[in-house]
Amino acid sequence: MKKTLKILKNNKAGTVGLVIFITFVFIAIFANQIATYDPMEIQYSDKYEVKRLQSPSKEHLLGTTWMGRDVFSQMVIGSRIAVLVGVISAICVAFIGTNIGLIAGYYGGIVDKILMRIVDIMYGLPFLPFALILVAVLGPGIRNIILAIVIITWRNSSRVIRSQTLSLKNRTFVEAAKLTGASNLRILYKSIAPNVLPTSLVYVSTTMASAIMTESSISFLGLGDPMQVSWGRILYACYSSQAMFKAWWWILPPGIAITLLVMSGYMMGRVFEEIANPRLKER
Amino acid sequence: MKRLKYIFQRVFMMFITLFILVTILFFIFRVIPGDPVSMFIDSGMDAEGKAKLMELYGLDKPLGEQYVIYLKNLVKGDLGRSFTYSKPVVEVIGERFVNTLVLTLTAMIIAYSIGITVGSYLAWKRNTKIDVIGTMVAITVRCAPIFWTGMILLGIFSYKLGWLPLGGITSPGQQFSGYFDKFFNLDFLRHLILPAITSALYSSATPTLLMRSSMLEVIKEDYIELAYAKGLSEKRVRNKHAIRTALLPVVTILAIQAGFAIGGSVLVETVFRWPGMGREIVLAVGSRDYPMAQGVFLLIGIMISVFNLLADILYSYLDPRVTLN
Repeated sequence: MKKTLKILKNNKAGTVGLVIFITFVFIAIFANQIATYDPMEIQYSDKYEVKRLQSPSKEHLLGTTWMGRDVFSQMVIGSRIAVLVGVISAICVAFIGTNIGLIAGYYGGIVDKILMRIVDIMYGLPFLPFALILVAVLGPGIRNIILAIVIITWRNSSRVIRSQTLSLKNRTFVEAAKLTGASNLRILYKSIAPNVLPTSLVYVSTTMASAIMTESSISFLGLGDPMQVSWGRILYACYSSQAMFKAWWWILPPGIAITLLVMSGYMMGRVFEEIANPRLKER
Repeated sequence: MKRLKYIFQRVFMMFITLFILVTILFFIFRVIPGDPVSMFIDSGMDAEGKAKLMELYGLDKPLGEQYVIYLKNLVKGDLGRSFTYSKPVVEVIGERFVNTLVLTLTAMIIAYSIGITVGSYLAWKRNTKIDVIGTMVAITVRCAPIFWTGMILLGIFSYKLGWLPLGGITSPGQQFSGYFDKFFNLDFLRHLILPAITSALYSSATPTLLMRSSMLEVIKEDYIELAYAKGLSEKRVRNKHAIRTALLPVVTILAIQAGFAIGGSVLVETVFRWPGMGREIVLAVGSRDYPMAQGVFLLIGIMISVFNLLADILYSYLDPRVTLN
């Protein structure tokens, strides 16, 4: 723990990433309190006219959309989807990928061969087109987007975890555990798993970044949940209304937010990378 | 001989992978609830007409039989008929394929030109302000959603400044006598610039960062010291000795990234209404035209596999340490 804090102190990028991430989590948790309007509500002026494409003002911090909706509230509520999709997909992917890597590496033989062949095949899948088709078939919505991301991305971590397990299983402490008569499962999860944990944490943060990117891409293509606001969906509405070139307050915030959150994922990944591999100093 | 065997094995694996992709996709599209005909034909059609159409597309047969027929046709190069275009899928796909390839390759050339130049420059200026800023810009560009970058470029250069067209591949009302005519004219170039630059910017981060770290490794080598000791100028050492060696890992990742970019063309092509495979798959998915979606997906899968294969073969030539099994 002390070591982790020290690494965090020396790793500026990691600290910045962590701060950005925590800020967004905070906004997501208190979204209902922070948002000033219902994000889907159409705003009317005193003369009962729709407030179309109004530039930022005190009333509407980030202006309004073509449909007269408040951009700031949409941004705040949209952060919930981004954080939710990012965190859930990351945990699922790391869990599945780590376990498959551990099992393939530890048991070896035919189990390893079959699992790694499946990974090879998964690498032949065009990521975005496949996710798109899966979501279209299963039905647009956040749950199916997460499912599509998890089905495809577990391949990334399992290969690396497998090769780490391979080198760990011949080390003396594992041999010692075997001699004491510990069961395979016990060795795998008590002795080996803690050692691959930092590496799977690298994948937790990078998967979070790519999941957020994928969610916003699929939502941008119009396959997001039509009942929920997400950053990708804001951009989709902005693009399809063709009014985007007139309203910088509508097009800039979602893109900047996505970029920041995705970047924070990669930055936090650097910290775990350093913990996993202490020789790797920041160049 | 050993290499030949290796290549043969990889090609064999590639075919198995593609076969599995085709199978997965075939069944994914057929588990959709409701029959496909009702999805794309207006509901006013009577039962008889519907049955006829089901027969025309071979949808009246049991699933297993459909699958066997599909595979048989696939071997013959027949991908079925598109629902929306009422034409064989192969006819529609051919042109889309060329459009995507032209866009992707142009983007890759630009991306790698930027990446190699900027990356080696940043390494040369290591730990200076330029290096820090350059690296940060590269990472930011990589993390920005590609469709958003595209929308902003479109807003600036097409809408505000009016320099470039708002999308598409040609201006309306043009006729071409052949591919050469179509791709080698100013109008096409003007349509190509923005999507190519958007895609290139996004793809340029990887070669930039890779080139930078590769250069940093090379600079430490003895023969670079030796080159200096011989009294060669700094510029000459950089251009003649360092860059050449540092290029190796960058070149090997090119093929993999090209495959990845083709998968990612879905977004760029949608923003710029570029009539390629990526946009076609979005349209096909939207209109439930699954012969079309299946065909495009297969073609993208083939291209990614071929690029991965090329990367592996290239790598086995460039790095003799790679074990061939």
